[in-house]
Amino acid sequence: MFDSITLGQYYQTDSALHRLDPRVKLVGTFAYLIALFVVDSWVGYLLVALFLAAMIRLSNVPFRYIVRGMKTILFLLLITVCFNLFLTPGEVIWQFGFLKMSREGLSFAIKMALRLSLLILGSSIMTLTTTPTQLTDALESLMRPLKKIHVPVHEISMMMSIALRFIPILMEETDKIMKAQIARGADFESRNLVKKIKSLVPLLVPLFISAFRRANDLAMAMEARCYRGGEGRTKMKPLVYQGRDRVAYGVLLLYFAACIATRVIF
Amino acid sequence: MGIKVDDICFLYERGTAMQVNALDHVSAEIPDNQFIGLIGHTGSGKSTFVQTLNGLLKVTSGHIYYNGEDIDGDKFDKKKLRSDVGLVFQYPEHQLFEVDVITDVMFGPRNLGLSAEEARRRSIEALESVKMPKSLYKSSPFDLSGGQKRRAAIAGVLAMRPRILILDEPTAGLDPRGRDEILGLIADMKKELNMTIILVSHSMDDVARYVDRIMVMGGGKLLYDDDPVKVFRHVKELEDLGLAAPQITYIMKLLKERGLDVNTDCLTVKEAAQEILAHRKELHV
Repeated sequence: MFDSITLGQYYQTDSALHRLDPRVKLVGTFAYLIALFVVDSWVGYLLVALFLAAMIRLSNVPFRYIVRGMKTILFLLLITVCFNLFLTPGEVIWQFGFLKMSREGLSFAIKMALRLSLLILGSSIMTLTTTPTQLTDALESLMRPLKKIHVPVHEISMMMSIALRFIPILMEETDKIMKAQIARGADFESRNLVKKIKSLVPLLVPLFISAFRRANDLAMAMEARCYRGGEGRTKMKPLVYQGRDRVAYGVLLLYFAACIATRVIF
Repeated sequence: MGIKVDDICFLYERGTAMQVNALDHVSAEIPDNQFIGLIGHTGSGKSTFVQTLNGLLKVTSGHIYYNGEDIDGDKFDKKKLRSDVGLVFQYPEHQLFEVDVITDVMFGPRNLGLSAEEARRRSIEALESVKMPKSLYKSSPFDLSGGQKRRAAIAGVLAMRPRILILDEPTAGLDPRGRDEILGLIADMKKELNMTIILVSHSMDDVARYVDRIMVMGGGKLLYDDDPVKVFRHVKELEDLGLAAPQITYIMKLLKERGLDVNTDCLTVKEAAQEILAHRKELHV
């Protein structure tokens, strides 16, 4: 039932991006996102798109698989485009009743759609090539300086990895309960809003109960293994920068500089 | 009339690298009023198979006919099918959600569009069939014991008065006593309510005693479909599938190997005991 959600799901394969240190990918994604909001010209967008294309190429993830994840935000994209298209004042180039399309609106809408798509595609590249565990490890490592001001860095990253770990489990659980209730004649496809909300009760109550039960079990299992937080804890796979990671940082810096340059020049 | 399964296949994750052939050209007929055991190791496709039977999963190819009608046909009423073919999932107690037991059991009949009184009447009947103590009708389903919860959940499906009842591993996670209770209950229901029951399990000992027919699945294929006695003659092949014949079959085979000329086609301890007693004279030589 949830096959279509590829947005942000790890794709198992081997590639240059998969092997990269997760910290590089995390920093890189932030740099990419900031750069995306720095550029404002067509040349800039072209640069970002080219960079993204290169990353997709490097990631070894089939392009079709990545695009499939876009389906979930198609609606949002459409609304954004429509609003920008018709609500931006300026030189009118097309009119239908009270709907006026302006030249400025057209270019703005295209840019907005481009920006949104590039944003989603770019950030999904990170989650497609990085396992949730690696991601939280990277986060913990990058936030380590915050420990000095008593931020519970390890606890935060532990909570994050547990939360991420539970997404597929709860999804499977939802699917199972849904099927069980459909077998009892429940109707989840009703178009009537009130009915639709009511039909969620037989789904949500068992789901919450099961989530609490699982959380309880997990807490018990952690305690049984003497878990007591991050103090003095070592890692099975400690993060160590390799040569390729330094190269990647260099490439990122160049890219970021180029993006700023397009903003200044064009 | 029952269900006719004609050459069905089912693929998970179709068209990706993770494609799994969960059902591979399965054909079978499920007549009215039969007690069937569906056996298979984890991942053999048995759960997928039963979910296709009431239309929860749509087959990738092939057809399923219920009373002669194709269940994927345009005019076919899936809701009616789901009330006629009741499916009790694994750990059915995880689907309970109402404030008290009786209201929870009424959920199914109410979804069929029945009035509150009719739904209540059917629910009480169903709860009686699963031998739920009357005093518990008004308690919260979450306060019941594990075995009671499971019985309440089974009643929830039973209250829809299915013609065919499918139970997916109804004894999973129960202690031996709870297991015998549930199995005994199912056998009683079969006798009283005259319906077809499909009991899904991975344990031969669970089903051997009760069923008229055993279907064995492995790797998405239906490998055996026969009388229990005949199926258990393939002890070796069953073991290769990660299954086993009932323990009593092994004892009788051993006895035969050691020279006692018993009939090895025994399904219950009682039958076996009689068979051995019949050969009492040979024992003393």
